[in-house]
Amino acid sequence: MRPVGELLVGHPFFAGLDEEIIRELEGCARNVHVHAGEHLFREGEDADSFFVVRKGRVALDVHMPDRGHMVIATVEAGDVVGWSWFVPPYRWFFDARAVGEVSAVSVDATCLRDKCEADPALGYALMQRVAQVMYQRLQATRVRLLDVYGADHAG
Amino acid sequence: MPAESGTTLLPPAPAGDPMVPRPVRVESVRRETRDTVTMDLRALDGEGLVFAPGQFTMLQAFGVGEVPISISGDPARPDLLTHTVRDVGGVTGSLCRVEPGDLLGVRGAFGRGWGVEDGRGGDVVVVAGGIGLAPLRPVVLAVLAERAAYGRVSVLYGARSPAEMLFTDELDTWTAAGLDVHVIVDVADRSWTGRVGVVTELLPDAAFDPDRTLGLVCGPELMMRYAAAALTDRGVEPGRVRVSVERNMRCGIGLCGHCQLRGHLVCVDGPVFELDRIGPLLTVREL
Amino acid sequence: MADSRPVTLDLEGLQRLIDVLGEQGFTVLGPTVRSGAVVPGRVGSVADLPRGWGDRQEPGSYRLRRRDDDALFGYAADAIGWKAVLFPARELMWSGSVGPDGFDVRPGPGPSTYGEPPYAVLGIRSCDLHAVAVHDRVLAERTYADPHYAERRRDAFLVTVVCGDPSGTCFCVSMGTGPRADAGYDLALTELLDGQHRFLARAGSARGEAVLAAVDTRPAEDRDEEESEQVVAHAVAHMGRAMDTTGLRDLLYDNAEHPRWDDVASRCLSCGNCTMVCPTCFCTSVEEHTSLSGHDTEHWRIWDSCFTTDFSYLHGGSVRTSPRSRYRQWMTHKLAAWIDQFGTSGCVGCGRCLTSCPVGIDITEEVAAIRAAPGPRKEDAHATGR
Repeated sequence: MRPVGELLVGHPFFAGLDEEIIRELEGCARNVHVHAGEHLFREGEDADSFFVVRKGRVALDVHMPDRGHMVIATVEAGDVVGWSWFVPPYRWFFDARAVGEVSAVSVDATCLRDKCEADPALGYALMQRVAQVMYQRLQATRVRLLDVYGADHAG
Repeated sequence: MPAESGTTLLPPAPAGDPMVPRPVRVESVRRETRDTVTMDLRALDGEGLVFAPGQFTMLQAFGVGEVPISISGDPARPDLLTHTVRDVGGVTGSLCRVEPGDLLGVRGAFGRGWGVEDGRGGDVVVVAGGIGLAPLRPVVLAVLAERAAYGRVSVLYGARSPAEMLFTDELDTWTAAGLDVHVIVDVADRSWTGRVGVVTELLPDAAFDPDRTLGLVCGPELMMRYAAAALTDRGVEPGRVRVSVERNMRCGIGLCGHCQLRGHLVCVDGPVFELDRIGPLLTVREL
Repeated sequence: MADSRPVTLDLEGLQRLIDVLGEQGFTVLGPTVRSGAVVPGRVGSVADLPRGWGDRQEPGSYRLRRRDDDALFGYAADAIGWKAVLFPARELMWSGSVGPDGFDVRPGPGPSTYGEPPYAVLGIRSCDLHAVAVHDRVLAERTYADPHYAERRRDAFLVTVVCGDPSGTCFCVSMGTGPRADAGYDLALTELLDGQHRFLARAGSARGEAVLAAVDTRPAEDRDEEESEQVVAHAVAHMGRAMDTTGLRDLLYDNAEHPRWDDVASRCLSCGNCTMVCPTCFCTSVEEHTSLSGHDTEHWRIWDSCFTTDFSYLHGGSVRTSPRSRYRQWMTHKLAAWIDQFGTSGCVGCGRCLTSCPVGIDITEEVAAIRAAPGPRKEDAHATGR
């Protein structure tokens, strides 16, 4: 098992960051392995960490009484799960479920927020990356909102 | 119109009259999804229908009307005309209810196709959304027929839900034959273990060399705009990205004027266009 | 052929011309007065022609007027043009029947309201002759031809008559399409009203030459040719309007978002009159006429108009929902996209779209308004044409 800091350095989410800055996160991070069907977190729980996905696929689920579990989006290796840790009230909105075996680095949110407060350069760098993730998810969500494949607007 | 009028039964379309359909018989029908079927048709006169991937025919439900439908079959099999039809109106509804033995009328094949052969010697990225996979299936089959002529070939397919995906039994075959097939859906429940999101999210993971890639995109126009932009963002030349444009086609042969898109008559100048020729027009409202 | 020696013929000669054409099997059509307008009709004798009638045409207005002479072709553009003769407003493409063993298909066309082809058209103006040339290009000279049009066109005998008294809505001179045709006809006549009522005639084809040979004519004198030039000069000097076509294609492409489109849309009723009377508008739709049993069907082609929302319908909705976009489509197609599609402008300056517009929209004025205040030039806007 490689040290957790090394795993972060090699991850696309942190690409372009000085290794020095990434190493600052090392103390907040730990390696996690989640089996298929298990959850990284659940709706309503405190968003006390975020996950840098290294292997496997994570599904963001929500359960509805009439429709069962619906998948909101999937997150692949190379991406990150969760931004609720970054924005009050720091609470998860959806379930995050491992579709298969998932390896990830879990980063403690409180620890990370403290480091961001203490080091604005780190905070800004992370903010940029989280904003990028949020932007891509938002764009994708907007396109899906249009239901472009719907029967009334067949392609 | 007395039925006993002095005409022979099922004559071939008179040469030179592109408005008169040829009769074809439905050989088999497969249900793809809730509202989409794929049918194999055979011309009664035995004459094959040679086509290029991306071309369409005007398909006629007798007494109901005719609509442009992309050919979804194998270009190496001109004897068998394959169409995948989605029930979105009166004529397509009739077409979706055909049974083996029924007769339909066909005019065509018409239009400018994908020109996938321009991708030989390089990589090919096929991006399809919804029923947009139907006109791209002939591309996939053409590539598979001479797999060695192409480099890496990706098929990126987005659908509304797992139940609304086309050709599901073939996707694995394509993978086994050496294509890089990725699928993503808008909506799914827990039984789906694949990806959920929009088709453009598949592009960052697709392996291709932008300098020698031909990108072929078909789906709802909005999806095509975004997917084409994602390809050019990856560095593919706009002249090497092709999209299949849909406009109202009534005649299929450039005579009725309905499918105009500024200087283009989509049915003869397209439906497949290079992005650099058509892209700017797609963002002018109500053009 | 256009430089064949001119001759003159008198009214008896004109009658003989009508007779000869009839004898040769043509259905002879010419201008007739019906319902207060000059419209195409069957012509069996000179008496059927609109003797002594002129017209007054302004945007949104058409009136016949009495002339103070006996001119037979003293009006400007016919209120209804010749488009429907070679390109009927409704045409049967094919009909078919279905039985237990399949269906059989019988190709059209069906009967025409103008009688049986071939047609001889007497009195077609230069603007409309140019429109026929445009239709030849659109309907008969590309990859796929309309065989019905092509056949009627091939057989048609066209007798053009120089337009000597244009109306307030005419602008053929600025479009380079009149008032005198220099090609595309079998016979060209100029009606001369000084002294003896006569016609200067010139053949434009071997068929025209042959027909003329069967008519009593005299070699034209200098006086006849001079008077003919006077007729043309008078027409040129009395054009009601003009359109500046300089760089028009780029101008319209660049100004797809010009505020003038909103302005014209606030007046336009989307009635489609302009498309119906336009001699070059060729858009059609199809109708399926099916018996209640479902066993018999007729596939009819009908003139369509880009002013309807249905015109651009795709399942789920129309591309052009606003009147603004539909007027823009019509005018930009006519004056700009037409050039990309067919290598020629789609406007021949006949002025019918002005005359027939219930609210008097003037295409020359709309062009001028955009030209007067164009939007910024878009550098790459034209890479998208051909």
